[in-house]
Amino acid sequence: MNWQLYLVLGTPLLGGVLLALWGHKRWAAELNIAMSVSTFIAAAALTAEIISNGPVITADEQFFVDSLNVFLVALTAFVSMTTSLFSRPYMRIEHAHGKLSDNRLRLFHSMYQLFVFTMLLVLLTNNLGILWVALEAATLTTVLLVSLYRTPASLEAAWKYFILCGVGIAQALFGTILLYSASEKVLGAGSGALLWTHLSAVAGSLEPTVMSLAFVFLLVGYGTKVGLVPLHNWLPDAHAEGPTPVSAVLSGLLLNVALYALLRCKVLVDGALQAPFASHLMMGFGLLSVVVAAFFLSRQKDIKRMFAYSSVEHMGLITFAFGMGGPIANFAGLLHMTVHSLTKSAIFFAVGHAAQKAGTQIMDDIRGLMKVSPTVGWGLMLGSVAILGLPPFGVFASEFLILTSAMRQQPWATPFLLIALGVAFAAVFSKVQPMVFGETTAKRLPHPPALIPVFAHLGIVLVLGFYIPPYLVDWYRVAAKLIG
Amino acid sequence: MHLPLASQIINLLAAVLLLLSFAMLTQRRILSLINLFALQGLTLTLSTLVVAFSTGQHHLYYSATLTFVLKVLILPWVLHRLIRRLNVKWDVETLINIPTTMLVGIVLVILAFNVALPISQLAGTITKSTLGIALACVLLAFLMMITRSKAVPQVIGFLAMENGLFFAATSATYGMPMVVEFGIALDVLVGMVILGVFFFQIRERFDSLDIRHLEKLKEE
Repeated sequence: MNWQLYLVLGTPLLGGVLLALWGHKRWAAELNIAMSVSTFIAAAALTAEIISNGPVITADEQFFVDSLNVFLVALTAFVSMTTSLFSRPYMRIEHAHGKLSDNRLRLFHSMYQLFVFTMLLVLLTNNLGILWVALEAATLTTVLLVSLYRTPASLEAAWKYFILCGVGIAQALFGTILLYSASEKVLGAGSGALLWTHLSAVAGSLEPTVMSLAFVFLLVGYGTKVGLVPLHNWLPDAHAEGPTPVSAVLSGLLLNVALYALLRCKVLVDGALQAPFASHLMMGFGLLSVVVAAFFLSRQKDIKRMFAYSSVEHMGLITFAFGMGGPIANFAGLLHMTVHSLTKSAIFFAVGHAAQKAGTQIMDDIRGLMKVSPTVGWGLMLGSVAILGLPPFGVFASEFLILTSAMRQQPWATPFLLIALGVAFAAVFSKVQPMVFGETTAKRLPHPPALIPVFAHLGIVLVLGFYIPPYLVDWYRVAAKLIG
Repeated sequence: MHLPLASQIINLLAAVLLLLSFAMLTQRRILSLINLFALQGLTLTLSTLVVAFSTGQHHLYYSATLTFVLKVLILPWVLHRLIRRLNVKWDVETLINIPTTMLVGIVLVILAFNVALPISQLAGTITKSTLGIALACVLLAFLMMITRSKAVPQVIGFLAMENGLFFAATSATYGMPMVVEFGIALDVLVGMVILGVFFFQIRERFDSLDIRHLEKLKEE
């Protein structure tokens, strides 16, 4: 029995049901926070359990926790907790501005909890079929969140999101079917043949042709959700048009979770092929994403769109790192997943309040945040500096590791990476700087903004730049070895 | 003994499925499109039943039942209700270039057969020759989604794609494990409900279900 695991999954599911009933009440935001905090406590307990007793397989082998997914579970629970703290005043302000009715708030709260549940299910399940089902469910729960404001633009964004991710994830289902057809010959029919632990034990004897074809479909499918270029079209729209808490969890968590699904599959394909086929594909897609997204950054006018493109860039960088493989690159990839998730969600929190104060998301109209609210201004500035990879923030450490391993393992890619990072730096910094400093146009808000989450996230990222706790290093090392 | 006959029937049903995919590609009336979709679901159920009967895979009976209930009864019923409530029952879509679409479709079928060839040679199932058709159905449904400009036909294309995937699962592997199939069915159902809500939102906002209204978000 592993009660922590059931608690991790059960709490957000229960939260989803409760908030579907009471999500419109005055105290719904507090209930949302309470459920998210409980989920985080359960996740912390689970993490402690894994640290002391090692990997866990439970419930007829349907759930599996090892060092690769446990840190993502903790991260997901943590960011969803801070996002719930942020969303309380944010959604109240939106409500006070008349953008949302009570029923929409109920929808938001309920779907938010269910979304967290589906992501945790993706992370914890051992069954690749269930993993697909949960990732598809994660899309479904967020479609209605993206269209929450019911503006023409948000409806369009949600429609695009649904259709593109639906088509993409259908490809992933085909990949999963192919994977199953390969594994069924080795493991026999039945649900055992989709269990990742079984599959990874026999990866060497899986049929290579089928596996490589399966991986192409899986990469296209899950890659759509990761936001890899050229499958990224849904991402900027969904981020820009949805409410900001949703942008924060989409960017900070969902992309990670989709990448995690891809990584699990990559391990199997690498085992079956004994050739760097999956690695080459991931490096190609990753590098293309970094370069294309970096050049799109400077052309953005909407602040949330710009940071959405920055997410594409960073997911590309992580995909590239995992594509290179090897202990250092994988370590850097995992670290970058962590710091990107924390930094990007912190940025979206700050951006959300900045946009509320300015009354617009157009960057040219947001000016002088520092004057009207130093905390929002500093949050945005520090977040941008952190995401651009300036020392001493943690993003610097992981980008530095990725770049140095690229120089060693794939020297041809280094100039592309350096140019892209430089272009991204110039683009983001030149846009953020006038928004933060200078004369202001912003106004006061009806509820005080929540900025503790912003600085908590940035604080952790800062600490990770100086010092990574030894148990975290051990996790990353073990997980990096697991990915190969 | 009856195996050759069974595989002949399966091949026949697969051919019917492919034919229906082409029919859906060029069908302009929404009402007929839904009926074609239901027919596709029925064909799928029959072929799953034949596979289940001839190979003795008992869990396929359950998945055939699931397919029948979901894709022949519930989804077409929901779609019928939707188009009645939305008053688009008699809508006719103007499709441009049906011959070109058909030609592209044929190219896709050839492509699908080529991609599926190495896998079907390895598959030990009696249905292995139909994997190409399954992939072709997926690609044709995809083509249908690209060429349509109304929301409801796009969604039917999406559901048809799911049909193709289901057929791929039976032809490559005698179906996925039951728990996964239930999960997929649940996702499809929930997705349909959400889309239903969504249709009304789009209609309320744009007074039409033409998704050409939904092309404002672009890179400058």
